[in-house]
Amino acid sequence: MKFRANLIIGGSLFALAVFVGLFAPWLAHTDPVMDANLMNAEEPPSWKWWFGTDAQGRDIYSRVVHGARISLTVGIVSQFVNSIIGVTLGLTAGYIGGWWDDFVNGLTNLMLAIPSLIFALAIMAVLGPGLTSLLIALGLTNWSFTCRIARASALSLKSQGYVQAAKVLGYGNLRIMFTQLLPNMLGPLIVIGTLGMGGAVLAEAALSFLGLGIRPPYPSWGSMLSEARDQITTAPWLSVFPGLAIFLTVLGLNLLGDGLRDILDPQSRSTRV
Amino acid sequence: MSTPLIEVEDLRIDLDARTRRVAAVEGVSFRIDRGETFGLVGESGCGKSITALSLIGLLRHPLSIGDGKIRFEGREIQNLSPARQRELRGNRIAMIFQEPMTALNPVSPVGRQIAEMFVLHKGKSWREARKLAVEALANVRVPAPERRVKDYPHQLSGGMRQRVMIAIALACEPDLLIADEPTTALDVTVQAEIIDLMKELCAARGTAVLMISHDLGLVANVCRRVAVMYAGRIVEERNSDDVFRAPSHPYTHGLVASLPRLGGRAAHGRSRLQEIKGVVPAIAHYPDGCRFNPRCAKVTEICRMVEPTAELLDAGGLVRCHHHG
Repeated sequence: MKFRANLIIGGSLFALAVFVGLFAPWLAHTDPVMDANLMNAEEPPSWKWWFGTDAQGRDIYSRVVHGARISLTVGIVSQFVNSIIGVTLGLTAGYIGGWWDDFVNGLTNLMLAIPSLIFALAIMAVLGPGLTSLLIALGLTNWSFTCRIARASALSLKSQGYVQAAKVLGYGNLRIMFTQLLPNMLGPLIVIGTLGMGGAVLAEAALSFLGLGIRPPYPSWGSMLSEARDQITTAPWLSVFPGLAIFLTVLGLNLLGDGLRDILDPQSRSTRV
Repeated sequence: MSTPLIEVEDLRIDLDARTRRVAAVEGVSFRIDRGETFGLVGESGCGKSITALSLIGLLRHPLSIGDGKIRFEGREIQNLSPARQRELRGNRIAMIFQEPMTALNPVSPVGRQIAEMFVLHKGKSWREARKLAVEALANVRVPAPERRVKDYPHQLSGGMRQRVMIAIALACEPDLLIADEPTTALDVTVQAEIIDLMKELCAARGTAVLMISHDLGLVANVCRRVAVMYAGRIVEERNSDDVFRAPSHPYTHGLVASLPRLGGRAAHGRSRLQEIKGVVPAIAHYPDGCRFNPRCAKVTEICRMVEPTAELLDAGGLVRCHHHG
């Protein structure tokens, strides 16, 4: 049963990341920012320093654990904002049609034409670095795929018999959109949502790497990678562990998305019973 | 004469083709009294389904009501605001469809879909609505309704789904039930069960039925009166017994003659099944004069020139033919 494995592995990886983020202060050995000690600088991984230490003698393990908070907040919140924007625009555009559809389509095409990372960079440049501007920048720039999917689903679903039937039975437009269309397009939307969350974690890493996201000394996985790039040959553990954290979280989210899609479809659910 | 439940007067439905406008349905008039069963028969594309849609205000571009009046309980409803029309739909006028496979939301348990009607039209709380949904399922004789309410549509058979559709349609005790080919997609044995169930429930509640079908036999079995449509017009309207005994319009005659019969000569392969020669003309190319004239056996010169008017028959009913009787 392939999809079960997806769900279990993906779910556990994501749950682990969330758990680490939630309980970071208790899991970390030291304070990720303040506990610098040049006496311990650039120690390789050992029983004392699980993931080694950086040039200022800060514990990489503690920094990765705290970094989970920032990376996951960015991933979840910005993708949530993206999903709300994308689904609202796509669903209404597909269902209502007309000039509103043309408008949304144009906007989506515009967004797709500009690489979202470049757009996010521009927003960051205006707002300045920091968590809030990172959330705004990533939350406003990645909704176009969600919007496309929602619109396409709405278009194909609105000619379905049960949507027509709902109209005949006196359902209002809002009720049709929420009870007939939205639940039936959740499968692909959740897949896109989890993929997008992984994408947002990566985008945060990229922006922080470029120095526009989370500023040192605060740890995010991306900013840690960025700081580590000069020592990649002399102290590879500086980049390996935050990189591994990004990799496992994104992998977990993607597997989770696949697994959820299978389980959310009631028809595939019953074939298993 | 009391006010009919629904009265359609000289209805015309326009089809907006890119360059011009053609009438898909023209001069259609009929009335249905409270608790009455009325059938609309005709082949595919004759306009019977869009006539039904016009009653509930759901014609969408390129179709629109061109002319005529639709009165529900004496009140004109064709120009009501969308919100007022929606109050009628599902609540006072309900409809069931041909395809029970697709008419139910696949991701919502059937009980919830029934309950939604009580919440939507009767303002019940979800808790009450759920109880009423179990009752509604019991009424359409779904076994073990307490368990079935949690089922998803794909877990039910076609017949069971159509029962659920009937439960949804009759949930708010509507005054009129429109049944658009309700049994076409079902097995013959299930068909009979569904029809009997529908007849019984509607009779018990005093719900009028507008039954739309291409199956004259089925309609005659369910309905007291039948209107036969051909190419966007009602060509004959009679009591259903009379239609079978003495069809007046050549088209109706053809329909009755083309029904397969069991036993006798047919069983021995000695009689060929009757057919009506030719095909239904396309909406944009309706012929001049009587629309049935290219296929009619009794055609004369006048049929090609002059469109016949609806004439009252001595035995009751209407027919639209120069040579009726």
